[in-house]
Amino acid sequence: MSWLLPSAIAVPLLAAGLTALVGRRLAVQRALALSGVTFTLGAAIALLIEADRHGPVVAQVGGWAAPIGITLVADRFSAIVLTVSAAMLLAVLAYAIGQLGRDALDWWFHAKYLVLTAGVAMSLLTGDLFNLFVGFEMMLIASYVLLTVRTGPAQVRATISYVVINLVASALFLVLIAFAYGATGTVNLADMAGRLAEIDPAVSEGLGLLMLVVFGIKAGLFPLFMWLPDSYPTAPTPVTAIFAGLLTKVGVFVIIRTQTLLFPSEGPSTLLLFVAGATMTVGVLGAIAQNDVKRILSFHIISQIGYMIMGLGFLSVAGLTAAILYITHHIVVKTGLFLVGGLVEAEQGTGALHRTGGLLHRRPIVAVLFLPLALSLAGIPPFSGFVAKLALVQEGVVLGRGFIVAVSLAVGLLTLFSMTKIWSAAFWGEPGELGESAGRAGAGVLIATGAVVVISLAVTVFAQPLIELSARAAADLLDPAVYISAVLGGG
Amino acid sequence: MSLVSLGVVSVLFGVGTYLMLQRALTRIIIGLGLVSHGVNLLIVLAGGDRGAPPLLAEGVDPATVADPLPQAMVLTAIVITFGVTALLLALALRSWMLTGTDEVEDDPEDRRVAREVHPVTEPVPDVIMHEVVE
Repeated sequence: MSWLLPSAIAVPLLAAGLTALVGRRLAVQRALALSGVTFTLGAAIALLIEADRHGPVVAQVGGWAAPIGITLVADRFSAIVLTVSAAMLLAVLAYAIGQLGRDALDWWFHAKYLVLTAGVAMSLLTGDLFNLFVGFEMMLIASYVLLTVRTGPAQVRATISYVVINLVASALFLVLIAFAYGATGTVNLADMAGRLAEIDPAVSEGLGLLMLVVFGIKAGLFPLFMWLPDSYPTAPTPVTAIFAGLLTKVGVFVIIRTQTLLFPSEGPSTLLLFVAGATMTVGVLGAIAQNDVKRILSFHIISQIGYMIMGLGFLSVAGLTAAILYITHHIVVKTGLFLVGGLVEAEQGTGALHRTGGLLHRRPIVAVLFLPLALSLAGIPPFSGFVAKLALVQEGVVLGRGFIVAVSLAVGLLTLFSMTKIWSAAFWGEPGELGESAGRAGAGVLIATGAVVVISLAVTVFAQPLIELSARAAADLLDPAVYISAVLGGG
Repeated sequence: MSLVSLGVVSVLFGVGTYLMLQRALTRIIIGLGLVSHGVNLLIVLAGGDRGAPPLLAEGVDPATVADPLPQAMVLTAIVITFGVTALLLALALRSWMLTGTDEVEDDPEDRRVAREVHPVTEPVPDVIMHEVVE
C-alpha cells in the first residue's frame, strides 16, 4: 500500500510533463490531465480505507529510515482531506474543460493544473517540514502562473500582491525551518515532536507561534488575511474556485497537524479561540460591504476559516471532529459556490450585483445549483454546513465557551444575510443588463457544478459515518503517539 | 556560529524589509532577494559549527564533519527563489508594458468602498484620489 503515497504525487507530475510533450493536441492533454487527477483521487480513497482499517500508511522515500530520509504519511486526517481535495480538483478540471475555450486559450493550463494537484497532494502527505515547504512552493508557483497567464492589468496587479505576500510567507517559513532545525536538529515532524518536548519550553513556544504566523498567512487567519479577497476574485472561474476550495484549507490542515502533533496541550486554547472569533467576524463583515459575487464569496472564505480554527481551539476530540467535518464540508461548498458564481458571470457577463437580476426565470438551473450551496454555507438545516456547525456549537456549550458560540451563531446569521443579498440581486428582480461577454453556460460546466452540489448533499446524507470517521481521525490527532510510532517505528 | 554572520543576516533582513515596503515593484523584488539571502545564510548557520567536508569514508569521525543537511536545504531554497524571482521580474515587465509604471497600485474595489464612505463629489484622477482616501 505504501507505494501509493509517492505515486499520488508523482503521477500528476509525470502527467504534467507529458502534457508539455504532446504540445497542442488538446484531446490528449485533457485525457492526460483527467487521468492524472483521477489517479490521485483513487490513491487517496485507497489510502483512506487502508489508514482507517490498519492505521497510518507510511512510506520512506528512497528507503532511508525515518529521521534521515523523507517520510510520506497518510493517516486518517490527511487521507480525508486529500480525498475531498482530489474530488474537487477533478470536478473543477471538468468545469474548466466544459467552459469552452478556457483550456484551449492556454496551452499550459493542464500542465499547471497537474503541478497544482501534485503540490496539494505533497503538502497533505508529507511528514517532513522541509518537504512541506517544497510542496507548498509547488502548489503556489503553479497558482502564480495560473493567475497571470493571458490576463489584463487588473489580474497582474492582483497577482503581484499575491505573489509578494506568499514570498514573504515563504521566507518566514524558511526562517522557521532554520530555527526549528537549529533547536531540534531534525526536520522530520514525528522526530521533532519528541525533541521539542525536551528543549526549553520558551523556545518551543516561540516556534509554535512562528508556525501559527507562517501558516496563518497561507490560511488567511485574522489579522493576516488581507491579501486573499484582493487576489482571488480576479482570476478565471475554475482557477478561483480551486484556490478558494483548496489552498487556504491546506494551510488550515497544516496548522491543525503542527499544533496537535508538535505542541500538544490540554484544554481549550484562548489564543486560538480569539483568532477564530476575530477571523469569522472580520470576514463576514467584509463580505457584507462587497458588491460583487466573487468578492463576497472571497470574504466568506476568511470567515469560514474561523470556524475550523474554532474547532482546533477547543483541543478536544469533539472539537477536532467538528473541525475536520467543517473542512470537508467547506472545501466542497466553497468550490461549488465559486463555480456557480462563474455561471452567474457567464450568463450575465458580469458579477457586479447592481447589474445582475432575473436569473431565476432566465436560467432556473443556476438558481437550483446556488440555493443548496448558499444555505449550506450559512448552516441552515438540513444541509452539510448545519451538521458541522452543530457539532462546533455543541462542543462549545459543553466546554462552557459561551462567547465564541454566540459569535459563531451571529456570524452564521450574517452569512445568511449576504447569501440573501446575492440571491435577491442575481436571481430575483428585473432582468439585469447583459454584459459584453454574456452567453449561455454549456452543459459541461452545469454537469461539473451539479456534481459538486451532489457531493455536498452527500456530505449531509452520509453525515453519521462521516462524523464517526472524523471522530476516529480526531482521536488520532490528539494522541500524537499513533503518528510518531507509525513514522519512527518500522516503516 | 559567529557574531559577524548573525550581523550580516540581520542587516540583510533589515534592508530587505525596508525595500519591500516601497511602492516600486523593482525595489520590492530586490528586497525579497535580500531577505531570501538572509534566510539562506540563517539556515546554514542553523547547521552548527564548520567542520570537515561531509564525505563519509573509513576512519572519518562523524562528529568532526560539517552538517550537510542545511546546505542541501539551502540549495533547494535558492533554486525556488531563483524561479520565483524570475517570474516576479516578468510580472514587473508585464505591469510596466500594461500600465507604463511598475508601481503597485491600491485595490480598485477597496478604493470604491472607501469612496462610498468618504464621498467625493467630483471625479478626481487616481493620483489625487489617493491623497483624498488616505
